[in-house]
Amino acid sequence: MEIKRTAIAGTLESSDIQIMLSKGTEGIQVTLKSDVEKQFGDQIRKVITSVLKSFNIENAKVTAVDKGALDCVIKARTITASQRALEIADSPEWEVL
Amino acid sequence: MVNEEERLRRTMMFVPGNNPAMVKDAGIYGADSIMFDLEDAVSMTEKDAARTLVYEALSTVDYGNAELVVRINGLDTPYYENDIKAMVKAKVDVIRLPKTENANMIKKLEQLVEKAEKEFGVPAGSIHLMAAIESAKGVLNAYEIACASKRMIGLALSAEDYTTDMKTHRYPDGAELEFARNMVLHAARAAGIAAFDTVFTNMDDPEGFYRETKHIHQLGFDGKSLVNPRQIEMVNKVYEPTRKEIENALNVMDAIKEANEKGSGVISMNGQMVDRPVVLRAQRVVQLAKAAHLLNEEGDYIEK
Amino acid sequence: MKNSVERELPENIMNKLNLRPYKSTEIGNPEIQRVAPKVRTTTGEGKLVESLEKVVKDNVKNGMTISFHHHFRNGDFVFNQVMRIIIDSGIKELTLAPSSLTGVMNNLVIEAIKKGTITAITSSGMRGELGEFVSHGGLKNPVVFRSHGGRARAIEEGAIKIDVAFLGVPNADKLGNANGMEGNAVFGSLGYALMDAQYANKVVLLTDNLVPYPNTPASIKQTQVDYVVKVDKVGDPDKIGSGATRFTKDPKELKIAKTVNKVIVNSPYFKNGFSFQTGSGGAALAVTRYLRQSMIDNNIKASFALGGITKPTTDLLNEGLIAKVMDVQDFDKGAAESMHTNNKQQEIDASWYADPYNKGAMVDQLDVVILSALEIDTKFNVNVMSGSDGVIRGAVGGHQDAATAKLTIISAPLVRGRLATVVPDVTTVVTPGDSVDVLVTEVGIAINPKRKDLIAKLSKLPGVKIYSIEELQKMAAKLVGTPNPIEYTDKTVALVEYRDGTIIDAIKEVKK
Repeated sequence: MEIKRTAIAGTLESSDIQIMLSKGTEGIQVTLKSDVEKQFGDQIRKVITSVLKSFNIENAKVTAVDKGALDCVIKARTITASQRALEIADSPEWEVL
Repeated sequence: MVNEEERLRRTMMFVPGNNPAMVKDAGIYGADSIMFDLEDAVSMTEKDAARTLVYEALSTVDYGNAELVVRINGLDTPYYENDIKAMVKAKVDVIRLPKTENANMIKKLEQLVEKAEKEFGVPAGSIHLMAAIESAKGVLNAYEIACASKRMIGLALSAEDYTTDMKTHRYPDGAELEFARNMVLHAARAAGIAAFDTVFTNMDDPEGFYRETKHIHQLGFDGKSLVNPRQIEMVNKVYEPTRKEIENALNVMDAIKEANEKGSGVISMNGQMVDRPVVLRAQRVVQLAKAAHLLNEEGDYIEK
Repeated sequence: MKNSVERELPENIMNKLNLRPYKSTEIGNPEIQRVAPKVRTTTGEGKLVESLEKVVKDNVKNGMTISFHHHFRNGDFVFNQVMRIIIDSGIKELTLAPSSLTGVMNNLVIEAIKKGTITAITSSGMRGELGEFVSHGGLKNPVVFRSHGGRARAIEEGAIKIDVAFLGVPNADKLGNANGMEGNAVFGSLGYALMDAQYANKVVLLTDNLVPYPNTPASIKQTQVDYVVKVDKVGDPDKIGSGATRFTKDPKELKIAKTVNKVIVNSPYFKNGFSFQTGSGGAALAVTRYLRQSMIDNNIKASFALGGITKPTTDLLNEGLIAKVMDVQDFDKGAAESMHTNNKQQEIDASWYADPYNKGAMVDQLDVVILSALEIDTKFNVNVMSGSDGVIRGAVGGHQDAATAKLTIISAPLVRGRLATVVPDVTTVVTPGDSVDVLVTEVGIAINPKRKDLIAKLSKLPGVKIYSIEELQKMAAKLVGTPNPIEYTDKTVALVEYRDGTIIDAIKEVKK
């Protein structure tokens, strides 16, 4: 699916992650800022990418600012950002949850 | 004999649904029920985010034995149906409907829950419901609301909206809530479901909190809605049975055991027949004593 | 070369510095030769000097060891004044041997290292940019981290030979009698600085408050002091310590504190005349409050409280719940003020407090201690030195020393953000698991299996879940996932001594 608009989900509070999604042309590009980049950077990227794939988003720029979020939070925030970017927040894709 | 497995619902802790730190830690404070809030604690622009966050948390975080409740957005909001679908899919224990005024609102909710159960392959009837009573209408219709569905497990009084509706506000002595408390409690008891008292928000007034909790404990409420984990221990303390109550209850339980062993239908203690209400009360006392860690593995009273 | 906590130590450095690997928490009864300082005799005339520059120029030479204390914490104005002059004088190859390094010192330490002024460091710890700098190989020689008791021992043994000690004090007379209790920048106990005053060849006091001779009570005495220098300000009182220590409202910390208190109260040590040490963290302060109530409820009084002191502890002293406070440093103004006014609060030096090579240190008499942890592993080894990313960001402090208590409780959350606190192996071993008895987290406790007596005593605590430490570790891992291992180079950037001077762990340079 094509991203229709730039969307943000999540906050900069502790244990949260802020995900910004915008249109891209060269696949999924993730820019990640995290205090646990060394230990969990790969895992965070993996979670974000797999959520985008489940929405069939093939091209996107992702800017993620992580404040120590657990995987379930990363997943939730990426889903929300995707639904907002695809403008389907009012009729979510239930199979993606 | 009552169902001995009936849940203790002394404490229902509110957790703002869009706060990851609080959502992830909600299980560590020993609340009997955890209520994730998608309604008042979440701004209009973040309804979708909170719904997804609570869904993911319910699907992955281990909350132990706590009963998991979600307060969805009201029937008159655009979020209502999506909230129901997501929470049914997440297999939450209980959906709590805010601002319930009549039985039809519960029936409508029940239909949507039933539909969602089918859609997501969730066992039919597994999602329970409860209603928050927040208006004069709701109070007057409390009994029909309580009986509106066999999925109903409880009524909760929500005093902020209710006192506004009544053209008053909350006072320290709680006289303005007396009628509503009794209505909600009677409706719940008549329907055989649980009754939860309203929140107490001033964390700097522990005396007021204890006074109110002792009062609703005396009235017969199952427990109280809470805004802060620090209140859990305070409520549990109020609901803790006394040593005398526990020892008496243990004697009743012994008498039941004895009667069962003899194959006798009549329970007697010190030569007196034990009435059914006494048995029920004893069972509840034992349950509360266990939850308060006042019984050891053998079921004997532990000196504190 | 591996030590008894299975840590790989750099053989070449160990051999070159003639260091022994850590073996055991048992100190035994070795005979130690202590050293004595060189003394330039004087009647005391001319100690009071105007120019700090001149004192530095006359006394600090290439290759020397200089020291400071950290009682001013982040309100310290002394270190930077002195270091500025030293750097600008072009002096090289100094060993920096302060009691610890606080954040305000970081910039000048880094500058001094870059310019070759400082080429070796021993400290209790370091944080922030300096920790990053050292962890990324900024200093040629490995830093040696020592506990407060270990530093006292090293000074007494001559392993740290201080040539010049620069000690800031909030008051002094012209001959050098001084204490930490009166003046603008007061901090209470001078506990750590007393070692430097006693053993340094040259002792330079810096003060912003010259008082008439003779100044009493004198913690540092004129017999120890070579120079007294008047400066504008020695410290910022607002940054030395908070006015009144705030009580945490964080429900997780409160839950941990409550459980810690339950463990103490149900341990065999909670009886009349018991002794305890709590730290300064949020949970530790809350423990003190819960402990107070339990002492009142059970009519139990403590013989002493030890270590770094906070107001909640001195409140107990004033209430008569503690007979004596043995005070090596004060974390807040209330505690510092109390040391001034209450003669039951005794100032003790770091040796008396915690030195293992002693004729009996106070930590050896300690019943209960509550300590924190950045990480604790399934062997109960504790790390308070480096983050999970391998970067130095902590201090040994009194951790190893106080852990010799009869009941050592580590209070820590299971996870912090996305980082597990309970891990398979700590990043850096600071305190060996053999001296740790109970871990308290928000989900439950774990008892060191070798403490069968405690397991029997605590296994049926109402409302407290008991897990094995492996179970807690697995719970933490389940929550946060398994981190990628940190990559290091072969370069050793720091060595951590156990309190007896053996090496308990080595810290490697973190790969960029």
